[in-house]
Amino acid sequence: MKRAQVWIPVLMVLVAATAAVCVGVGPVVIPPARVMEVLLAGGGSGLDPTEVAIVWELRLPRVLLALIVGMGLGAAGAGYQGLFRNPLADPFVIGASSGAALGATMAMISGWGGGVAGLGPVTLAAFVGALLAVLFVYGLAAVGRQAPTLSLLLAGVAVSSFLGAVVSLLMFLHEEKLVNIVGWLMGSLAGRGWPAVHTTVWLVLVAVLGLGLCSRALDALTFGEEAARSLGLSLHGLRLSVVAAASLATAAAVSAGGTIGFIGLIAPHGARLLVGARHAAVIPASAALGAWLLLAADALARTVVAPGELPVGVMTALFGGPFFLYLLKTRPGELSG
Amino acid sequence: MNTHIEVRRLTCGYGRGQVLKELSLAARAGEVLVLTGPNGVGKTTLLRALGRLLRPNAGQVLLFESDVWTLSLREAAREIALMPQSERRDWPLTVEESVWLGRAPHRGWLLPYAANDRRIVEEALQAAELVELRDRPITELSGGEWRRMALARALVQQARVLLLDEPTAGLDLKYQADVLRLVRDMAAVKRLVVVLTLHDLNQAALYGDRLALLSRQELAALGTPEEVLTAERISRVYGVPVTVIRHPVYDSPMVVPLVADLPPRGSAPC
Repeated sequence: MKRAQVWIPVLMVLVAATAAVCVGVGPVVIPPARVMEVLLAGGGSGLDPTEVAIVWELRLPRVLLALIVGMGLGAAGAGYQGLFRNPLADPFVIGASSGAALGATMAMISGWGGGVAGLGPVTLAAFVGALLAVLFVYGLAAVGRQAPTLSLLLAGVAVSSFLGAVVSLLMFLHEEKLVNIVGWLMGSLAGRGWPAVHTTVWLVLVAVLGLGLCSRALDALTFGEEAARSLGLSLHGLRLSVVAAASLATAAAVSAGGTIGFIGLIAPHGARLLVGARHAAVIPASAALGAWLLLAADALARTVVAPGELPVGVMTALFGGPFFLYLLKTRPGELSG
Repeated sequence: MNTHIEVRRLTCGYGRGQVLKELSLAARAGEVLVLTGPNGVGKTTLLRALGRLLRPNAGQVLLFESDVWTLSLREAAREIALMPQSERRDWPLTVEESVWLGRAPHRGWLLPYAANDRRIVEEALQAAELVELRDRPITELSGGEWRRMALARALVQQARVLLLDEPTAGLDLKYQADVLRLVRDMAAVKRLVVVLTLHDLNQAALYGDRLALLSRQELAALGTPEEVLTAERISRVYGVPVTVIRHPVYDSPMVVPLVADLPPRGSAPC
């Protein structure tokens, strides 16, 4: 409890500071002091109009989007790991991301212009896709009423590849939208602008709050299903809430930034190291850490090959892949569990 | 004496297999009822049925005269606390965090804990001698320490029925005695219904007010240790010749196995 009270504020300050620095990072470097000046001046006197445009129109929305998407992915990972009691679960690994990607691709291709409650078709379709994919993977992997790590991973890989193939097929059949879809699929936060920030922020906040409300129940579930039931926990309600909230976060993240892997895997592990195992601490810490990781990854993505730019999904996979393998290698006992 | 938890003509099991058949049994407030019997006769199954974790195929489980299955999970968890024989412990919650979760049936899954909860948790940590271990992750506990954590968590539920599955397994002599004494005191002082399973017949005789001896899906005997633990019955149920002597200090019956092909000491073969 005490560690959480120290680390969560520390992480939040860290995220804010990193965000402020990241606004200045990119092909055109703007020192932090000037960034603050531009942000506080709110447009106008004596400032370089190019810098103002870069900060307000390009960098700030992008940095905020990275922060929000990272938060969503981090919290979703913590939720999935707790629900499946499985340290390797993450939106990308268990197929939620590819489900969301397929949903979003279908929406882009169909050109369906509808929407519900102010949400665009891409977001809605991504949500449905993520939800269906997770339920399907869990159903495939479940042995009795548990999902052993190994079968969860295998089912996740199989379903992800299948859904990926469907996405490729759709792209092949709709060449006219190829560039759009490919750029988005590889995971990128470039050029999304303010509209993406405005929709994503609410979805992610709702999802993170929802996951946070499941904290105590997720703690009880770590003892196993029977023990949780003997503490009075209804498993159906919990499963439904966590899968819905985590899938909402994943869908919001994927529809804003494409498939960005491994943030949801790494953030909860880091969070548990810092704040302990209680979900009430792990979920917010994981959200903060996810935000921080994606901010850093995105800043790297737009600088390492400057003036060109790497998709941020490539960046996170470059770091996340080895981490995943490390977990796989160092925690062999959990594979059978 | 008023009956508090009771099974009537209970038949239950897993899938198609039947573990218990038409079993009837009642446990009363203030007493310790020990379920005992050979391996695989359904002691744990009976405990799970009592705890509303296993739905009977036929018959009823009655808690204060009403069927436990009319209660919601959470209502049942306020009335019945179960300390399992084992459960998953691969998630590094600390001992204290784990024990707090025993308050969930009362406080729910969303509301913050109250000062009252803290007092109850502190009492349970002390009763189970866990105060020094409170910040230890449960993944690092020994079998005996984990069992004390599970006991504390069950106590914190403040249920009127306490079900314990092999509470002494894996504990050394001191903690075996401590746990059983604590449980017996709780039964007497707080008028709890305590039902526990024990392998050790002599422990059962020492601490149980009544014993239920299970044998092949059925109740072989139910009564005080003196009534249940007869040499003839134990030999028959366990398929091993035994003799029953008296405890040198407490005068409770003690079951001593006779090993057929082991000659008495002193009569060494030439």
